[in-house]
Amino acid sequence: MNNKIKRILPQLLTILFVVFVFGFFTINAQVNMDNRGIDFGFGFLSQEASFDMQFTLLDYDGQDSYLWAYVVALLNTLLVSFLGIIFCTILGVVIGVARLSQNFLIKNSAAWYVEFFRNIPLLLQIFFWYYAALRALPLPENAQPWFGVTYMTIKGYYIPSMIWENLNVFMSCLIAAIVAIIFIRVYARKIQEREGKQLPVLYISLALITILPLLSFLIGGVTLDFEMPVLKQLAQTSFIFEGGIALPPELIALVLALSLYTSTFVAECVRAGIQGISKGQKEAAASVGLTPNQILKLVIMPQALRIIIPPTTNQYLNLTKNSSLAAAIAYPDLVLVFAGTALMQTGKAIEIVGITMLTYLSISLAIAALMNWYNKRIEIKEK
Amino acid sequence: MFKHLKQLTSLFAMIAVLFAFTTEAMAKKSKTLKNTQKKGFVRCGVSQGLPGFSNADASGNWTGIDVDVCRAVAAAVLGDANKVKFTPLSAKERFTALTSGEIDVLARNTTWTLSRDADIGLTFVGVNFYDGQGFMVRKSSGITSVDQFKNGISACTNIGTTTELNMRDFFNSRGISYEPVAFEKADEVVAAYDAGRCDTYTTDKSGLAAQRTKMKNPDEHIVLPETISKEPLGPVVRQGDAVWEDIVRWSLNTMIEAEEYGITSSNADSMKTSDNPQIKRLVGAEGEMGAAFGLDNEWNLRIIKQVGNYGESYKRNIADTGILPDRGPNQLWTKGGILYVPPAR
Repeated sequence: MNNKIKRILPQLLTILFVVFVFGFFTINAQVNMDNRGIDFGFGFLSQEASFDMQFTLLDYDGQDSYLWAYVVALLNTLLVSFLGIIFCTILGVVIGVARLSQNFLIKNSAAWYVEFFRNIPLLLQIFFWYYAALRALPLPENAQPWFGVTYMTIKGYYIPSMIWENLNVFMSCLIAAIVAIIFIRVYARKIQEREGKQLPVLYISLALITILPLLSFLIGGVTLDFEMPVLKQLAQTSFIFEGGIALPPELIALVLALSLYTSTFVAECVRAGIQGISKGQKEAAASVGLTPNQILKLVIMPQALRIIIPPTTNQYLNLTKNSSLAAAIAYPDLVLVFAGTALMQTGKAIEIVGITMLTYLSISLAIAALMNWYNKRIEIKEK
Repeated sequence: MFKHLKQLTSLFAMIAVLFAFTTEAMAKKSKTLKNTQKKGFVRCGVSQGLPGFSNADASGNWTGIDVDVCRAVAAAVLGDANKVKFTPLSAKERFTALTSGEIDVLARNTTWTLSRDADIGLTFVGVNFYDGQGFMVRKSSGITSVDQFKNGISACTNIGTTTELNMRDFFNSRGISYEPVAFEKADEVVAAYDAGRCDTYTTDKSGLAAQRTKMKNPDEHIVLPETISKEPLGPVVRQGDAVWEDIVRWSLNTMIEAEEYGITSSNADSMKTSDNPQIKRLVGAEGEMGAAFGLDNEWNLRIIKQVGNYGESYKRNIADTGILPDRGPNQLWTKGGILYVPPAR
């Protein structure tokens, strides 16, 4: 009896305390809002937003609702996070492997890179890329083409846009190629397990993914045209490129800063993962006659990934959350547009901050779930 | 077991006390004045640096016509115009700071609109500057009117302002496609426009005139003549404290009316013996003008003596600094402007 109470009472008290604290804050907020005539509610989400956004992935106009503004801003946040994660992973793996290189120059420049970029505050790096580096770019009228057809200017990076005809045929071919590759990989594995024979999977895959889409051009009636950015004069000294796709400098600066900064942490995760595999593994693999490539692919990496994935997940989450620093350089992300402009225009501080917090929480949990699933998949299965 | 019960009761007691405190605090509705007098300073929200309106010099002294409103309130309720604590706020933060009780007066070139007045728990007490939104462009662009704007123009501005909405109305009604580039801080907007990121910079015209002085080379930029909106800027207080609202409103009104009757910081004392009863009321020599606020009778005299009338404040902060030498609509109604305040009597 006594023991039971001892076990339950502290838990009961904790729950009571949490409930009271939450209750207190809720009642306090309610009383204060009543006093000041502020209504609580989410009705504003269906009202007309009546502000414009600089850069959107989907069609958005000021006539759309706050809810749509939220969706569009969220997509901007996801875009930055997605691009950031891709670039920081590629860069991180390269730098991480380079740190283990035998070459003095490669090894040391990689180490220098890591120490430099991870020790400067991220916000400062964003400011550097936006206010210093991109500001040094030419105005549109003075821009020299990069690769012949793209222009890097202070107003953004202008690239040709693609104009497809029969895009769906091309896409079907691409999907068919990918499905075929998956089948071949499964088949090759079966063959290897049954007969010990290895099929040249890589070459077959490369052939499939080039030949099938190419065929769609030759016999599927698919055509691809490019719309080039063309310089247009707005006033005596003010120019802009029209046509093509314009990547705003805010997006470029943000992706650049986020990927460079986060890649240093990813690089350290990769290095730790590879160094965490004992030398004996490599020697044992070599002694059974595996080639160096096979050793890396079949013995080292499967084990190293187990060490690399969990801390790298943290870095992906950090990158996503850090993308909210976009507000500092006018990139229209969730924080700038929704927790900024929309909050100001509606005055619904509690609702909007609440929604924004829940959104970041959901994004983070989704990324974590995905990475956990991947981690489970590559785990060593004890038999 | 009893030990735990004791802890439980003390916890309950603690929570009960917390609740008691809040409900008691809620019951007294006009507590801002009391709190201000207890603290000994007026908590005032201002801009992060807008010359002429609220701007801090190198040693941290704030000046500007918005700053003077807060100083007037301090002179009225505390007897000393210097007893003000200024909190610089971005456009985005300003209303939350006020409704959450971090500041008691918001004097930050804020436009009075219906939705702000009605929706978000604020009350505008008056107008201390009649403004309108305009555009700034580089002189070298050859643009002299908004009629020359073309599709694809990029416009730098602040987020969380009426500017963002007016800009859309303006470009939409003219069928011009534009690229809005909205920053959180005014300094960032100026830096981006100055570097050539945008073709035009749009905000209230007084703001354009003031920010122009911060540019690398002010002479290279011009403010276009067109005004695309009405922007009555004024001080704001929290809803729910009617007495405090009245104090701030009549502090501003006193400054404007003092100018109308020719009372200045230098002649205020001698006006006590004036023949005009309205002048005598404005310097606390007749009537009981402070009693309704819970203030003494010379609260308005202190405002005029320590801060000056509206004309003095305008001259000191906006005209003499070269921002807008011409008072335009911000002239008294008796002199062709639209400054007209109810009589203090």
